[in-house]
Amino acid sequence: MASRYALRAVALLYLALLLVLPVGLIGYRTFQHGLAPFIDAVNSPDARHAFWLTLEVAFWAVLANTVFGIGGAVLLVRHHFPGKRLLSTLIDLPLAVSPVVVGLALILVYGANEPVGGWLQRLGLQVIFSVPGMVLATIFVCLPLVIRAVEPVLLQLGEEQEQAAHTLGASRWQTFLRITLPGIRWALAYGVVLCLARALGEYGAVAVVSGRVVGETQTLTLFVEDSFNNFNQPAAFAAATVLAAIAILTLLVAKLLRPKDSP
Amino acid sequence: MSAVTATQAPTRARARAGGPHYGTGLGLGVAVLYLSLIVLIPLAAVVWRSARLGPVTFWHAIRQPDAWSALSLTVGASLLVALLNLVMGTLIAWVLVRDRFPGRSIVDTLIDLPFALPTIVAGLVLLALYGVNSPLHLNLAYSRIGVVVALLFVTLPFVVRTVQPVLLELDRDVEQAAQTLGASPATTFRRIVLPNLLPAMLSGAGLAFARAVAEFGSTNLISGNIKFHTEVAAVNIFGRIENDDVAGAAAISTALLVIAFVVLIALDLVRRWGRQHG
Repeated sequence: MASRYALRAVALLYLALLLVLPVGLIGYRTFQHGLAPFIDAVNSPDARHAFWLTLEVAFWAVLANTVFGIGGAVLLVRHHFPGKRLLSTLIDLPLAVSPVVVGLALILVYGANEPVGGWLQRLGLQVIFSVPGMVLATIFVCLPLVIRAVEPVLLQLGEEQEQAAHTLGASRWQTFLRITLPGIRWALAYGVVLCLARALGEYGAVAVVSGRVVGETQTLTLFVEDSFNNFNQPAAFAAATVLAAIAILTLLVAKLLRPKDSP
Repeated sequence: MSAVTATQAPTRARARAGGPHYGTGLGLGVAVLYLSLIVLIPLAAVVWRSARLGPVTFWHAIRQPDAWSALSLTVGASLLVALLNLVMGTLIAWVLVRDRFPGRSIVDTLIDLPFALPTIVAGLVLLALYGVNSPLHLNLAYSRIGVVVALLFVTLPFVVRTVQPVLLELDRDVEQAAQTLGASPATTFRRIVLPNLLPAMLSGAGLAFARAVAEFGSTNLISGNIKFHTEVAAVNIFGRIENDDVAGAAAISTALLVIAFVVLIALDLVRRWGRQHG
């Protein structure tokens, strides 16, 4: 029995020192002088701009990955084609790539000095050091999340109901809206929440492709780093607390939405 | 009439299930195009840019002292982190599955926090507790230990989350039988539990290693990015991009991609081995 308490103590101490105390301390530091300094810090023009830009980039990235996630999951589960295993492997690739490498990869194709990027530039579309590049980087890093959340549920759901609807004369679109979508809605919501959290919190890839211009291409995570490096600790801590609160909220929502049979 | 529809339906269903679906080509085309434009072509561009250097120049780019030092630190620290995770992750999973104490489900939820928390925030919170003004009087800022702590933070969930489900499924009758036959708790763990957990432990540690090698945000603040001391590979690449050394950045990025690729293959082998011995 003594060994049981010893193991429990070691595990909890480790988690306290690594996880709970650091995150708790940042909350304490943010609010130790009351609410007013926090509100001042998050209400500065740069902070507000960073907040709205973060939402804008995350919105487009989540939208694109949700459409791709549903379509891709239907493709992988319901359709048969050569090279399916390869496609499935390639979809997981973004999880293994360093965020900085993601940024470099996008610059090497869409940068103004590269053929494709230069061509887009002449058409009036600047990708790198601009919002489109930041959206691309964010799509890259959270690409597998929605598709991997939807796929197992779609597989479990089976095809019988869809076939029945089809037999009864429903069009493909009607079948999808009335049968498939309601069946996968919780898994889809779970994937979207994970994707949104990752998109709001992305730092490395966005740091490379954004050019980090204050008040222009600075997202909330870049604002945290910039404020900290410029010795504006209250602003860094306040923005970090906002991001940490979003993360904890995500955990709770994801816990509610998570399919019950998976760990 | 009803007999006709009854026979028609299965035929059509079989045709739908077996033959190629109408629209497969279109859907596949769009999916491949999306994946290519955002992931595959850009990554290929990185490899292509460093392949164009030729093998000798490529090797020189990686062997530049600061790049080589950053790569060695990254691989060394990641190996250490994977090893520490192997022990601590398994221990935490064990406590979460086999122990009962108030607040256990809160702890269980908290394990995923490093996945949800932005990496720059992870770095900042660690610096708040283990930085210059540490309330614990433990200053790890600008040290290699700081790098390892940051990597431990972001990789915490991997081993816990791979071992936990296996431990839940484990048949406890066998353990009780071993103890009835006189085996000590340590022997039971080593001979009965550990062999069953090992594939999951290794798989989790491999994922943690791959993540640690790629990590950028959390180490950025706490390490101070001192060349030849605390600068990791991702930060070295970042510095080269900022200084317009795109070829050098591409070469080190390719080295990281190769490491990630090798780890993914090793993980696949571990999974197959686990299925055979599970």
